[in-house]
Amino acid sequence: MKHFILDGCEIAFDEGDTLMTAARKAGVHIPHLCWHPELGESGACRICTVKADGRLVAACTTRAAPAMMVQNRTEELDDKRRLLLQMLFVEGNHFCPSCEKSGDCLLQAEAYEVGMTGPHFEEFYPKRPLDASHPDVLIDFDRCILCKLCVRASNEVDGKGVFALGGHGIGTHLLINSPTGKLGDSEFAADDFAASVCPVGAILPKRCGFSVPIGDRRFDLNTLDDLAHAVGEQSAHADKQANDSSDD
Amino acid sequence: MPYDVLTAKYELHWIFLQSFVALGISLFKLVYTKLNGMRSLEIANEQELVESVIRRYGNQRHALVQILREVQEHTHWLYPDVLRQIADAVGLTLAIVNGVASFYHFFYLQPVGRYHFLWSDNVTDRMLGNRKLAGELCRQLGIVPGKSESGAPASLDFTSCTGLADQGPAVLVNQHRILTRMDEQRVDKVAELVRAQIPLHDWPQQWQLVDDQIHRTDVLLSSAPIRGQSLRETLARTNQATLAQIDASKLRGRGGAGFSTATKWRACLEAACPPDASRVVVCNADEGEPGTFKDRVLLTRQPDTVFEGMTIAAQVLGASQGLVYLRGEYRYLLDELLSVLERRRMDHLLGENILGVGGFNFDIDIHVGAGAYVCGEESALIESLEGKRGTPRIRPPFPVERGYLDLPTVVNNVETFCAVARIAEHGAEWWSSIGTTQSSGTKIHSVSGDCARPGIYEYPFGVTIQQVLDDCGANSTNNRTQAVQVGGPSGLCLAAHEFQRCLAFEDVPSAGAFMIFNDTRDMFSIAHGFAQFFAFESCGFCTPCRVGTELVVRRMDKLAAGHGSLFDESELHELEALMHGTTHCGLGATATNSLRDTLTHFRPAYERRLQAPGFTPGFDLDAELEAARRVTGRDDADAHLT
Repeated sequence: MKHFILDGCEIAFDEGDTLMTAARKAGVHIPHLCWHPELGESGACRICTVKADGRLVAACTTRAAPAMMVQNRTEELDDKRRLLLQMLFVEGNHFCPSCEKSGDCLLQAEAYEVGMTGPHFEEFYPKRPLDASHPDVLIDFDRCILCKLCVRASNEVDGKGVFALGGHGIGTHLLINSPTGKLGDSEFAADDFAASVCPVGAILPKRCGFSVPIGDRRFDLNTLDDLAHAVGEQSAHADKQANDSSDD
Repeated sequence: MPYDVLTAKYELHWIFLQSFVALGISLFKLVYTKLNGMRSLEIANEQELVESVIRRYGNQRHALVQILREVQEHTHWLYPDVLRQIADAVGLTLAIVNGVASFYHFFYLQPVGRYHFLWSDNVTDRMLGNRKLAGELCRQLGIVPGKSESGAPASLDFTSCTGLADQGPAVLVNQHRILTRMDEQRVDKVAELVRAQIPLHDWPQQWQLVDDQIHRTDVLLSSAPIRGQSLRETLARTNQATLAQIDASKLRGRGGAGFSTATKWRACLEAACPPDASRVVVCNADEGEPGTFKDRVLLTRQPDTVFEGMTIAAQVLGASQGLVYLRGEYRYLLDELLSVLERRRMDHLLGENILGVGGFNFDIDIHVGAGAYVCGEESALIESLEGKRGTPRIRPPFPVERGYLDLPTVVNNVETFCAVARIAEHGAEWWSSIGTTQSSGTKIHSVSGDCARPGIYEYPFGVTIQQVLDDCGANSTNNRTQAVQVGGPSGLCLAAHEFQRCLAFEDVPSAGAFMIFNDTRDMFSIAHGFAQFFAFESCGFCTPCRVGTELVVRRMDKLAAGHGSLFDESELHELEALMHGTTHCGLGATATNSLRDTLTHFRPAYERRLQAPGFTPGFDLDAELEAARRVTGRDDADAHLT
C-alpha cells in the first residue's frame, strides 16, 4: 500500500484518495467544514488548507501521492484556519449562546480546536430573513456558511435539487427551489439527507430543540481528534472484516 | 325659492352628476380593458419571443447563459415569469436558473430603464472624472445609481473596466452601444436625447467611435489579416510537424500565466477523448483585466488571424468544435465577428471539408459573456460556456483533460491564436529570433493613464518599462511618472526605481495592461479602487476571497474616511498574507497584489491616513452620541466626547 507523510506519521492511501479521505480512514482529524464523506468534493471553506510538499492546498480536493510530505496541525496553518473561521463568524450572525446547535456545531468545534477566542474582524451583521415556512424544518440563513453541503446532499443523494447558490461575491446566498423560494413550498422533507448535513445551525428540525442539554452534546463530550480516531478504528475494523471474509 | 323648484334643481344636478360619473367609469373601463388587452398581447408576444430564442438553442441547458442574454435583449430584465419559462423549457430547476442569472453582473433581476447606462469604473475612468460626470447625468435625469423602477425612462450603474481605458470615460448603453470620451457637453446632450426618447441608433455616430489608437506595430499588427495562407501551410505538413514548430517557436500563452502553448496542446492530444466526440478549441476573449484592451483591437483589426489560429489548432488536435468566449462588454463587436465567420465559411476556411480536405470539419461559435471577470479563468470560462455560474473548477482535472462538456479542451488567448497563425506562416525560427530567450516573439500592450499617447503598443519581449513610457509620452507631460501598473490589478505595481526592468515572462510578466500614474496621483486611492474591483468580481465560492476581499475594502474605506491606524495596516498585511495561498483560484490569490505593492513602494500614501498609533474604531464615537444629544436637548461640552 502507498503512503504519504502527515505531520510526521505515515498514512496509507488507496488510488484516488484525497488527503482528507486518507487521513479520515487513518483516524486523523484535518479541520474542515464543507467536506462530507458521503458527498462530492467542493473546496469552498478552505479550513482544510494544508501544506503539501511546501504548497498550500485544500486537503479535500488534493489527491494523495506517494511520499508526499504534508503538514496539517502546525502553528502557521492553524493561524490561517483561525482567520478563515473568524471570517465565517463575522460574515453571518453567529450567536453561540442562543443557538440550538451549540455543542453540536462543527463551526464552533473547529473554532475551539484552533484556539479562536473572539471574532477578531468587525461583524458584518447581515440582515437575512428566517424561513420557517416548512412544517418540520426551519432555515436560519443567519448561520449559513455557504458550504453547499445541503446543495450537494439534495442533488446527489436525495435527487431533489432543493437548494442552489445565488448571487456572487459577498452577496452569495442559498436559494431554495420552489415557486415562492420558500422551503415550505419545496419538495424538502425532514428525513431528506440534506436535512441532516448542515454543519452549523442553519437547517434545524422543529419541535425538538434542546432535547439534549447543553454540555451533553457531541462536541461537549468529545474532542474532534477523539471522534476522528473512532472513525479510524471503525474503518480499520471494517477493513479487517473484509479481509477476513475474503480469506475464507 | 319654492321647495319643489329647489328639489328639481338638485335632482337635475344629481342626474347630471350621475351620468358624468357613469361616463367616467365606462371611459375608464374602456381604457383599462384596452390597456390590459395590450399588456396581455405584449406578454403573449414576449412569451413567443422567449420561446423562439430557447428553440434556436435547441432547448439545451448548457446554452443557458446565451438564452438569458438574448432573452434579456428583448425583455430588458429577467422577471420571474421569464425565468420560470426558461427553466421549464431547458429542464433546469428555477433555483438553478435563478442562481445563474444572479451570478452575472449583466443579468438584471430588477427592472432597468429603457436607456440603461453602465459607466466603466476602472481607476483610469475615475482619473478622467467618470464619477462626477455620471453624477451629473443622474442629476439631469433625476435618477439614482443602481436604482430603477419598471418602465423608467433611464437608469444608471457602474461596471468594471469596459476595455476602453485609452479613450474613457466610457459608457455602455443597453449593453450593446458604447460611448467613449465622455465629457460635460456629451452628458448634457445624452440627457437631452433621453428626455426626447431618441432611439439609440439615431444618437450621434461620433460618440460611438471606438478608436484602435495603434501607436507601435510589430509582427502581429503590421501585417494584413491571414485568410487561409497559414492554414494551407499547415495542411501541407503533418500535424506532428506543426506541433513541433509551435514547440520550437517557444510560444507561451498571452493570457498572463505564460504556459507553453505546445505543451498545452500536447497534453490535450494525449488526453482520452470519447470515440464519438472530438476535442474542443476555445478562444479566451474575456478580456476582463482592467486596463487591458489589446484583444478588442485584435478582434477589430485581425479577426481572420484569430480564427485562422483556432482552425490550425483544430487541425492539430482533431477538433471539430470551436468557441470564442467574447466578454459581454464587447457585445458591440459581435455582428462584425459573425460576418467574418460567415465569409470564412463561404471561402471554405470553416465548415465541412475545409480547403477541400476530406474530413477536416471545424466550425466556430461565439459565446457572449455577461459581465464576470472571474470567467477569464479558463475553468470558470468553461463553466460559463456550459451555462453555469462562473465558479472555477477543482483542478486537476485540467481543461486539456476534461474541459467543455467533459471533452479535452484547449483554451488559448486571442493574441496566442494570432501568434500561432503567424508562426505557421513564417516559421518557428523567425518567431523565436524575436524577443528574449525565455520569452519569444512580441507582446501587445494596452497603454493608458497619464501619458500623451494612450493606446496600443506592440514590442518584442524584453522592452524596458522606461522605453514604453518614453514612447507614449509619459514624460513629456509636466508631471513625473510615479508608478506603472503592469498586467492590471492582478499584476505588478512598479515604482520609478524599477522602470529599467523588462517586460518579459522572466522579469515583469504581463497580460497586456500598462496603466501609468503620475506623481499627482494618490496611490492609496488607486489600490483602493483595485480592492473594490476584486470585491465586486469575487465569485463568492471560497471563504478567503468572498470575505477577504470585502474585509480589505472595509479596511481601506476606514483609512479613506480618516479613521486609519497602524493596527489597520497590520490587519491589511495579515489579510494579504492569508489570501496568497488559501484561495480556490487565482482571482483571490492576486486580489491583494496592488495592496502589497503599494504598501511596499508608496507607504507615505498610507502613512498620511495612519495617524493614530493604536486602534481606532471604524466609526466616529462623538457622532454616535448625536441622537442622545437631540433627545436630551443638550449640546454643551459635557455632552461631547472631545
